[in-house]
Amino acid sequence: MSDLALAVFASETGAHLVRPPVGRRWSAHLDSFDDAAYRARLQAGGFRFVGQRELPPLLRAIHDPPPGLFVRGDADLELLGRPAVAVVGARACSGYGASVARMLGRELSSAGLVVVSGLARGVDAEAHRGVLEAGGATVAVLGCGIDRDYPAAHGELARRVAATGLLVAEYAPGVEPAPWRFPARNRIIAGLCRATVVVEARERSGALITGDLALEEGREVFAVPGEIGSALSAGTNALLKLGAAPLTCAADVLDVYGLAPREDPVDDELLAHLPATIDELVHATGRSAADVGHALTELELAGHITERDGVYRA
Amino acid sequence: MLARAITHALVGLESRRVEVEADVRETSLPAFVIVGLPDRACAEARQRVMSGIASAELRFPKGRVIVNLAPAALRKEGSGYDLAIALAILAASQQVPRERLESHASFGELALDGRLRRVGGILAVAEGARRSGLTRVLCAREAASEAALAGIEAVPLRHLAEGVAYLRGEGEPPPVDAAPPPPAERRPDLADVRGQERARRALELAAAGRHNLLLAGPPGTGKTMLARRLPGLLPPLTPAEALEVTRIHSVAGVLSPDHPLVTQPPFRAPHHTASTPAIVGGGPSVRPGEASLAHRGVLFLDELAEFPRQTLEALRQPLEDGIVAIARAGGRAVFPARFQLVGSMNLCPCGARGDAALQCTCSAQRLAAYRAKLSRALLDRFDLVVTLPRSRAVELAAGSGESSAVVAARVDAARRRSRARRSAEADELLGRAVDRIPLSGRGRARVARVARTIAALAESPHVEAEHVAEALSYRGAPHE
Repeated sequence: MSDLALAVFASETGAHLVRPPVGRRWSAHLDSFDDAAYRARLQAGGFRFVGQRELPPLLRAIHDPPPGLFVRGDADLELLGRPAVAVVGARACSGYGASVARMLGRELSSAGLVVVSGLARGVDAEAHRGVLEAGGATVAVLGCGIDRDYPAAHGELARRVAATGLLVAEYAPGVEPAPWRFPARNRIIAGLCRATVVVEARERSGALITGDLALEEGREVFAVPGEIGSALSAGTNALLKLGAAPLTCAADVLDVYGLAPREDPVDDELLAHLPATIDELVHATGRSAADVGHALTELELAGHITERDGVYRA
Repeated sequence: MLARAITHALVGLESRRVEVEADVRETSLPAFVIVGLPDRACAEARQRVMSGIASAELRFPKGRVIVNLAPAALRKEGSGYDLAIALAILAASQQVPRERLESHASFGELALDGRLRRVGGILAVAEGARRSGLTRVLCAREAASEAALAGIEAVPLRHLAEGVAYLRGEGEPPPVDAAPPPPAERRPDLADVRGQERARRALELAAAGRHNLLLAGPPGTGKTMLARRLPGLLPPLTPAEALEVTRIHSVAGVLSPDHPLVTQPPFRAPHHTASTPAIVGGGPSVRPGEASLAHRGVLFLDELAEFPRQTLEALRQPLEDGIVAIARAGGRAVFPARFQLVGSMNLCPCGARGDAALQCTCSAQRLAAYRAKLSRALLDRFDLVVTLPRSRAVELAAGSGESSAVVAARVDAARRRSRARRSAEADELLGRAVDRIPLSGRGRARVARVARTIAALAESPHVEAEHVAEALSYRGAPHE
């Protein structure tokens, strides 16, 4: 019995397997399933399969690990075993939630963590984008067949995630998204990570399910404090009341992993001359005004320098 | 005896045919009346015409002389009707052949000694005359080359007597060639600017992308000097644009008599004490303002924050639509006003801010009031905002930079290039900036426009992230 046969069976029947299945349907499936042919089709579609035994230990350790994971993307499968953190939250998030998610994606990724999320609208997508901004690798766990982009509007984002990271799903190609698959997907998100950050969540949000699952498995759960009275933060504030750790900066998470926030690579040549005006930098470095202008913007966006009255300061 | 002369009245930039009718009754009691809604300057033609005719050793008719400017309901403004009135009277008193007069348009002011003076707007008048089927226009000699731009034959006259002789067929005045191109005008050159790489770059971008530019910095950092060098970077006007601009300048009466055709982008720098109508246009006799005179060129507002707020707000329409529409009880005039706005301002009222050697003494309230003068809506019209702090003696060390001609060639090439599209990385950076800075929708569009110009100057097929990054560095409004 291969994990692949099991995974395909579970996908096709919609069964959530805690124990190996028994019964006529299962034996019929086993009889008809051509392992080699299926693997060839997967490969042709650009997908890979990781059996349960090769899953990262953290994920294997949960109460109901998936029979295996279908994988899309070019990155090494070793990525799944690296120290990871889940960043999840509301689909209809606020601007605050979006910017926090993006900041976390960027800073956690540049500190060396793999950021895991669900490719959903709102917080999930922002977390992925933050990682991509930092040039890092991210893992998106899908609640549908591995060949689907859900939501469809995130097709481009999925492509970019797959370029440097991985998309994974326990569902075989062709499986449609369904509401009950998303909570099941959330256990994989939580399962892959030592810590889960809930950025924004309503009172009965899927992100809270991820948080609960993480707690059940004894993982760290962080909640981003929100405005009291804001429905979008009711869930996260309730988590805090229950004892989740408040997250006020990326370093709070990094402490759990024993990591220090990593400084972005910095254009030292310019920084060495600050404070200075652009003209002064042009003369000091011999670079063009256009070049200095764009380098300074990058530094400013990364939060390394500020400008006031035309003078840039570190 | 009745006679008619043809002229044209200016209505905004257009002209309307006006027939000057003269009725002379030599046997009636002496009187000289001009009717047909003349304004003050036009009504005073009476005295000028009487003296002018006498000085030309012609006879001012005895008896009653009535001059009617038809259509009578149209306001006639200015002194350009003098020549037509004088000739109509002379024809009505049989000193000039009537038929020949009616086949000519006439426009010009008379001096008391009978000489002819040039009046603004001859180009529009001549164009109107051509459209109404006339082939020749009688005008002052100084105005002849301007009139000839309309594609009509101009009859240049020094004196009223010359016009009479011509109409009697006693001699053809010398032909007028279309205006020769003006000699290469010495324009301020970028090569005169030492250092200022940042501002030079901004000028080049402004020229290539027709962006409005705001230069902010303490006094003496060369803001005005730089602004004056922008027109030199712009491509010369196309023939159609040149005629369009010349028409506006003609109506305003600011053309040079020898080289009336404006071929270079104009540069207008009104002082901040100028009234709103002087800048935007209008006034009792609807005139183009500085904004229209800067059409296809540069409008430079030095000390932007010193201009009355009302004036600045009035500039928002032309900045948006490229026209100034002036509505009056008597009608509506539309002047084109598609100019590039260049503003300069200090960073604070005392001017010390941004100068490392000085200490700003402005109170917080004064500073806030100074900045409040510029509305967000106006600041949003500046695609490029450049802060020019006083650099520590780098100008002195720097050699002179590229000349205007070198930069203008790049600008010209960039303008010909098609619009590039943003790459995915550029989009991503722009998105990040919107989150981080934060950038309004309009601010985002500004950055995207400037980035496109930067890509065009870099000859890049796509707008790349580095182009967006540079564009973002020009976004800053002078802030707290």
